[in-house]
Amino acid sequence: MQFIKPDINIDFIGKRKIAFVVSLMIIIISIGSLIAKSGPKYGVDFAGGTLIQIKFNEPAEIKDIKTGLNVVGLGKSSVQSFGSQDVNEYLIRTNTPITTSEGFTIDVQEALTSSTGQKAEIRRVEMVGPQVGQDLREKALFAMFYALLFITIYISGRFELKWILSGIVAAVLIGAVYVLSLFDVSIPILIAAALVVALFVFWIFELKYAMGAIVALIHDVVITVGIFSLSDKEFTLPIIAALLTIIGYSLNDTIIVFDRIRENLKKFNRQALDTNINKSINETLSRTILTSLTTLAVVICLFLLGGGIIHDFAFALIIGIMAGTYSSVFVASPILLAWHRSKS
Amino acid sequence: MIYIFPTIDMQLNNKEQPDMWPGKKINLGLDLQGGMHLVLEVETRKAVQAHMERVSDELKSMLRKERIRHKGINLVGGKQVSVTIQETDVDRLNDLLNNEFKGLRSDYSVDDTMANFLIDLPEREAAYLEKMAVEQALETIRNRIDQFGVSEPDIRLQGEKRILIQLPGISDTKRAKDLIGKTALLEFRLVDENHDVNAALNGDVPPESEILYQEIKNEETNRKSKIPFLIRKRASLTGASLTDARVTIDQQYNRPRVSLSFDKKGARQFERVTGENVNKRLAIVLDNVVYSAPNIESKISGGNAVITGSFTTQQAHDLAIVLRAGALPAPVVVLEERTVGPSLGLDSIRKGLASMVIGGILVIVFMVIYYKGAGLIADFALIMNIILIAGGLAAFQATLTLPGIAGIILTIGMAVDANVLIFERIREEMTIGKTPRAAVYAGYNRATLTILDANVTTLIAALVLFQFGTGPVKGFAVTLSLGVISSLFTALVLSRLIFDYFLIIRKIKTVSI
Repeated sequence: MQFIKPDINIDFIGKRKIAFVVSLMIIIISIGSLIAKSGPKYGVDFAGGTLIQIKFNEPAEIKDIKTGLNVVGLGKSSVQSFGSQDVNEYLIRTNTPITTSEGFTIDVQEALTSSTGQKAEIRRVEMVGPQVGQDLREKALFAMFYALLFITIYISGRFELKWILSGIVAAVLIGAVYVLSLFDVSIPILIAAALVVALFVFWIFELKYAMGAIVALIHDVVITVGIFSLSDKEFTLPIIAALLTIIGYSLNDTIIVFDRIRENLKKFNRQALDTNINKSINETLSRTILTSLTTLAVVICLFLLGGGIIHDFAFALIIGIMAGTYSSVFVASPILLAWHRSKS
Repeated sequence: MIYIFPTIDMQLNNKEQPDMWPGKKINLGLDLQGGMHLVLEVETRKAVQAHMERVSDELKSMLRKERIRHKGINLVGGKQVSVTIQETDVDRLNDLLNNEFKGLRSDYSVDDTMANFLIDLPEREAAYLEKMAVEQALETIRNRIDQFGVSEPDIRLQGEKRILIQLPGISDTKRAKDLIGKTALLEFRLVDENHDVNAALNGDVPPESEILYQEIKNEETNRKSKIPFLIRKRASLTGASLTDARVTIDQQYNRPRVSLSFDKKGARQFERVTGENVNKRLAIVLDNVVYSAPNIESKISGGNAVITGSFTTQQAHDLAIVLRAGALPAPVVVLEERTVGPSLGLDSIRKGLASMVIGGILVIVFMVIYYKGAGLIADFALIMNIILIAGGLAAFQATLTLPGIAGIILTIGMAVDANVLIFERIREEMTIGKTPRAAVYAGYNRATLTILDANVTTLIAALVLFQFGTGPVKGFAVTLSLGVISSLFTALVLSRLIFDYFLIIRKIKTVSI
């Protein structure tokens, strides 16, 4: 059985301008949403605060829960339902970390049991101090930045044999970022600036493949973060794990296509570059669609069956996988093409 | 014959499956078992401060002994001791400092006829003190948790002054936190009988004393009240002199008490203090809270004392644990606390496994439909993959968390990728016209590099995540890394073996793909 006929020939490269516009629009919407909501919605992991997950046997009124919370001094917390409808679980979230030693969770449980008239069961409590939250935010950004740089070294080395050059570039960037980070600069801005500088440096040193790949990755991450922001979901530690996975997966995809391009360039170097690239994409189409489908199928299982925390995680992965597949075809390859064109 | 080696390797990994081999099993993370995760920070600055306070006390008594008059000894900025003396006494003080206070650094300035000394700890000494404080805190907390009786607790240092504690299966989190976080500084201090506690409450506090409170719970009304005491700042005896602390029951009132035993030096000191202060009160102070302040009836020798108070047997038991394990050298602050109830843990396991099974079945069925015979080979490789990951987790004693299960499930989806790459190549080669055997050979050849490239990049992301993540996320990085490595093995080596078996040994002529 075969979905994709072997002689398929869709003109992907021809449609790259439309794709570019679509991508740009989605990215602008994403960034717009982030700015409108003043940043991503941080979970307790990153913002500090307290989170309590409560389960009832039957649906409880949120206002009853809030009355109960008022009794123990948590009246200002946000309450929302969590997970699927039938589990009757709620998340209580407040910004102040409660340093509790006075049987706090028992007090909360009793207060809620009496205010809602049902037995309340505390499933999970998370309390994170503000300093820890900020430390984690910074660590997350650094982690993603380092991952991107290491990946750059690998790609530049494998595809253009520029191991040493890319190694030096990466080392210098890491060093610069580290030194600047000691100076109390706002970390997110530092990392964003570093990324821009990195791309510029790639351009100067002609690390074409790396640049194509990295732009595709940034594209995917921004879209995923943006859609998360649009749908008002929280950013927690597992979501960062999802982002790093998406980076790995999208790269997977991009490399498969690049590999084919490189192979075809060697074999058919008389053909025009865009024909070559198109051909490569078409040849790998079968594999790309298949892998995306199987991975998506599995992640959708997680999404539906995994329970509250895994649900958001799977959601991020679904967006990321789709974006990753799209970006390998419509972002990374066109950049490669534009590069070659500008050189000749 | 190179093929036999990996097979043996695989068998070894196979044997370390969960439940099968007693030696190693898979650790479950807190989010799957239920339990408590705490991150504490040791306030090392206070350790330095406490040290300087002791220095200041000793200096005071030394100056009195040597009859060096001073205009004041004060603690400045929590780190330095400032002493003001006559200029004529400068040499004597310098000698004293050199002889008795060797580790300290001192400097002085002269103003008129007075000299002002500033004494502090050099940086290296202070850093050493802080490091020792953290290590001692770690040991003390470990001792306490040992006595508390938690199975397989995980206590370790995180960074320079943070302590990470994981207690699986804990349900009484309040008790655990109290036990761990209590500074437990036990002091025997005399009540200041020479001054009036009420005058002190109005603001007139004599310099050598301070106001501390005793908390009393009225048995009938259950209401708590605080009684102020004027207590001398200087401790006559501390918990450092304890050799044992036990719970005993008061025969008369049937109430629990904690009986203390002192070491020889402590016993002698106790005897002296009680002998010199008959008919005065000696307050038993724990973490600056007065537990009781009984009257000294007569000199007490024998080195035993009793702490009474309105606590339950369990509280007395916990108090004894904490006194036995010793005081924390500096207070600790809870930075992060995550607790997962056991019911959530079980639910998570159930859901995770359900997703894995259903996802797995979907993929397996699809592979057979799309690639027929070759699909079966890929499915077999997939199952081996999962077994290898499980074996790897057990072998490395890694922890399986809920995101870790998600990582395994993700690997299922991505492992298929490698096989798809190879099979698509094989189909391509066969379309060009190669024989099945040559097509398989060429397919594997061409695809190997691509598969390596793609998987190495995922591995890089997973390794970065491993470095930076904590707890559940680290579990995800572990299973993802294991998954990538094992899927490389099963796709490139294992499935190739099977193809070769059929094509070379069984000499099958066509490939069902």
